[in-house]
Amino acid sequence: MTVTEDRPSVEPEIGQARKRKEDYRLITGRTRWTDNIVLPGMLHLAMVRSPFAHATITAIDASEARNAPNVVAVLTGADVAEVQGPLPCAWPITEDQKAPVHPAIAVDRVAFAGEVVAVVIARSAVAARDAAELVDVDYEDLPAALDLKDAAADTTLAHPDLGTNTSATWIFDSAEAGTGSPVEDAISTARDGGILLEREYRQQRLIPAFMEPRSTVVDPTGEQITMWSATQVPHILKIMLAMTQGIPESKLRVIAPDVGGGFGGKLQVTPEEVITLMAARRTGKPCKYTETRSESLMAGHHGRDQWQKLTLAATADGTVTGLKVELLADMGAYLGLVTPGIPILGAFMFNAIYKFPAYHFSCTNIFTNKTWTDAYRGAGRPEATFAIERLMDELAHEVGVDPLAIREKNWIKHEEFPFATVAGLEYDSGNYEAATAKARELFGYDELRAEQKRRRESGDPVQLGIGVSTFTEMCGLAPSRVLGSLNYGAGGWEHASVRMLPTGKVEVITGTSAHGQGHATAFSQIIADRLGVAFDDIEVLHGDTQVSHKGLDTYGSRSLVVGGEALVRAADKVIERARPIAAHMLEASADDLDFEAGRFSVRGTDQGVAMAEIALAVFAAHDLPDGVEPSLDAEATYDPVNFNYPHGTHLCALEIDTETGGVRMRKYACVDDIGNVINPLIVAGQVHGGLVQGIAQALWEEAVHDDAGTLVSASFVDYLVPTAADTISFDIEHTTTPALTNSLGTKGVGEAGTIASTPAVVNAVVDALRPFGVSDVRMPCTPERIWKAIHARDGADDGGGATAEAAMPHFDEDQAGANDEGAGR
Amino acid sequence: MIPAQFEYAAPTTVEEAVRLLAEAGDEAKILAGGQSLLPVLRMRLNAPEMVIDLGRIEALRGVRDDGDAIVVGAMTTHADVHADPLVREHAALVTEAVSHLADPQVRHRGTFGGALAHADPAGDLGAPALALGATFTMVGPHGSRTVEGEDFFEDLFTTALAEDEILTEIRIPKHTGWGAHYEKFVRVAHQWPIVAVAAAVRAEGGTIAEARVGLTNMGSVPLRARAVEDALVGKPATAEAVAEAAALAADGTQPPSDLNGDADYRRHLATVLTRRAVLAAAGA
Repeated sequence: MTVTEDRPSVEPEIGQARKRKEDYRLITGRTRWTDNIVLPGMLHLAMVRSPFAHATITAIDASEARNAPNVVAVLTGADVAEVQGPLPCAWPITEDQKAPVHPAIAVDRVAFAGEVVAVVIARSAVAARDAAELVDVDYEDLPAALDLKDAAADTTLAHPDLGTNTSATWIFDSAEAGTGSPVEDAISTARDGGILLEREYRQQRLIPAFMEPRSTVVDPTGEQITMWSATQVPHILKIMLAMTQGIPESKLRVIAPDVGGGFGGKLQVTPEEVITLMAARRTGKPCKYTETRSESLMAGHHGRDQWQKLTLAATADGTVTGLKVELLADMGAYLGLVTPGIPILGAFMFNAIYKFPAYHFSCTNIFTNKTWTDAYRGAGRPEATFAIERLMDELAHEVGVDPLAIREKNWIKHEEFPFATVAGLEYDSGNYEAATAKARELFGYDELRAEQKRRRESGDPVQLGIGVSTFTEMCGLAPSRVLGSLNYGAGGWEHASVRMLPTGKVEVITGTSAHGQGHATAFSQIIADRLGVAFDDIEVLHGDTQVSHKGLDTYGSRSLVVGGEALVRAADKVIERARPIAAHMLEASADDLDFEAGRFSVRGTDQGVAMAEIALAVFAAHDLPDGVEPSLDAEATYDPVNFNYPHGTHLCALEIDTETGGVRMRKYACVDDIGNVINPLIVAGQVHGGLVQGIAQALWEEAVHDDAGTLVSASFVDYLVPTAADTISFDIEHTTTPALTNSLGTKGVGEAGTIASTPAVVNAVVDALRPFGVSDVRMPCTPERIWKAIHARDGADDGGGATAEAAMPHFDEDQAGANDEGAGR
Repeated sequence: MIPAQFEYAAPTTVEEAVRLLAEAGDEAKILAGGQSLLPVLRMRLNAPEMVIDLGRIEALRGVRDDGDAIVVGAMTTHADVHADPLVREHAALVTEAVSHLADPQVRHRGTFGGALAHADPAGDLGAPALALGATFTMVGPHGSRTVEGEDFFEDLFTTALAEDEILTEIRIPKHTGWGAHYEKFVRVAHQWPIVAVAAAVRAEGGTIAEARVGLTNMGSVPLRARAVEDALVGKPATAEAVAEAAALAADGTQPPSDLNGDADYRRHLATVLTRRAVLAAAGA
């Protein structure tokens, strides 16, 4: 039993750039996307959606569809009005928040273009789609509230019954909270001899545009109803369906199989999930619904969409004294799962890394007749970071100093941590000086500034702009007490368990739900080090409420910093359960045992026993100490005590062709401090993807509706998601200031790139255009807007204007000749 | 999304295709690569009763030398056009334009004739074809006929092709030794051009002897900028002289306004891109 030979020393798994263990399967197509799931007798769903943004449904004639071949049923809102519970909103931000009932299938009125008005259930997807075309819906068009500012003035009501478009107003004031002084005092002081910046910025509407369209399969034939769904949140989905659909929670099982991305867009309880569930319960047969890309863009929830009115007060030398933030946030037509809280997540981040003595935040949530908004990568924090980082560049310009200098003047110094912020958070750690110094060198800041000067002086038609973003974010959602204080409908803990199998293998169960993040790999690395088992001997199980019975899923950069900590604690419990058994096996006192690299050894001797041996002994249970349970398995539920504060310095250089307004990225360097890194390869992937997504907001992506409320950017022809061809090689480095609030010293990285990059890019655009008198360009900074901004002094539009609300008609067959060859470009 | 049901025919000869088309009348659509037709069918913007796939007609593929011209079979893929040495030697402007067209997947499925017959004014092939004086041959039940480029493009998605005709080949007069450049302006790489300019220049010494300039997405059809062409003749290939001629590029055009830019912005772009295209074509 005792093993005495020397074991080879093992490199720690943490820190290794392991390729993801799940990728071989995903890349070669051995996948279980929801749409791959086929069950005996399965029926298929097709949705009938409203083409109108706001209309009364006066009649629906589904008789032709019902009689179409292979159609089993057609359900309208009227058919299910009594049984379809309202779709849930788990985050009412105020006591008096107003909200319309959110039906899965509209009953008598539609409130956005794309809302479901009927569902066809058929024996094949083809039959369902064909019959959906036959459902005849009569609408009576109603005036639609579309423009956010107009809607805020209640000029047209999105929901006439509510009597207003205002859902709620949420306020944080540092003087009231006792975290700072009154902001109005700072503003009046600044007005008299200081600097007062008053700006208004627009956060355009975005679409999460995950790779795998949403899909749901429901099997009602077992004792439990099983739902497979392309969701980020199987646990939350299960609870919410139980609470709204009259199904005992114990009779529901939700599985998120392989899920192809989410970016917040699958943090939702969707109408389509509820409809598929209703269809399956009604027909008694398994039902599947998979959306088309067009449906995904139109009816999957959107993100961002704010007007930001900002007032920054500073002394004449550029020391910040106060910040006032007044937001209008577009909810769209309904409140989704966490819709109202998304802009509120930004409330704590506008002050960012700077020492504002006074701060006031107010946000008014407004309904419009557009697709509802909800979480999108960064969720509230990109909006805040954009605003403050744009303002810091404006302040630098006002004072006449380098944008890095103005930041350094105002940021929290390394030695001032832990730091209590004016927004009421405590930042545990950070080193903005170190990250900035490293980024500056990596970027070649001084050389690029010199080149910029040369181009300006020579009147080069290609101008260079340099943009700065020194960001921090709060991630690792979230301490349950904080969520409680914000009236959020759930906690923020996470659960994990570790099962020690008799053959020495280990099953790790996490309540987080990976949909592209690489949990299987990173969590295996953590457990390999913690328990001293081989990386390949660890299986990470997740996303099935029957396996992972408890959890709060994946969003808000929480999986590692909250879920990983739960995992570490569960593993530590396994070690402690093994200790008395090891002592018994080694005939030693438990106090004399050391645990290292998967092995208990008797201090001062060469005697020891490996974890795998203990697992087998426990399985046999032939000779355990008296009173010891024959199990090593352990679980832990961890509730974080604080958020987690990654930070970084991002520097972007852009070339702007002043003749066309065209933008070419020249260099992008970032130094992110995300604490200790588990897997640098996965981190690089998160940073790269995050950067591109944030850059895309700055330059390319925008959900545009026309004046009838129809989504114009309704396909990837017009909603410009960039590809590799549109990006450059990023220079990515890190500084390491371990987080103090979790055992591994890690910080979140899933949203960092997206949060940081948008203002870096827009600051670079504006920096390039300063000599032309330009102080802002509205996102996305299209060549047209940039060119117009340059020529604004010549009487053209400035860069703030809207684009024409029309798409190029590449596929408009109504315009087509009778017999064109419908072929390639 | 799933297209509505349709009959599918894949003839192997032009004659058979013409016969099938005549039988089906306006209920049929021609599939010539499918890079636009399939999205249209899948989005249910059109539901033809029959789709006639020209993909198996070998006679419609390939490029041949025809004396003072080269002839491109309508079903030659963009990738094959791009790789073709005859095209490169005698119609370098086409090679240039095709190299920027859509993305590699589209270039390997989409066809030269299919794209031209689709007549998307933002398509990359109309302007170079027009600039090089290409003619279009089509075959119907009553035989074949050939039309000039400016007569072929009638309107948005509308060509001279009759309901019962099939585009079979495109004849491009040789422009051997001409410099060529296709200047395409996009926001993201896979996008249709916001504006693009196709320029071919025959230079003698430092002087422009002849120039051909075509405009993409500056109206409902591809356009030829004849005023620019005329103004360039005899001018030195310098930035100043070319800019002066290029300033005429947008004259008389009626470009669209959309998410990517309004008409005024496009008119401005046309002048800048024309200058750049001509200078690049002239090797300046």
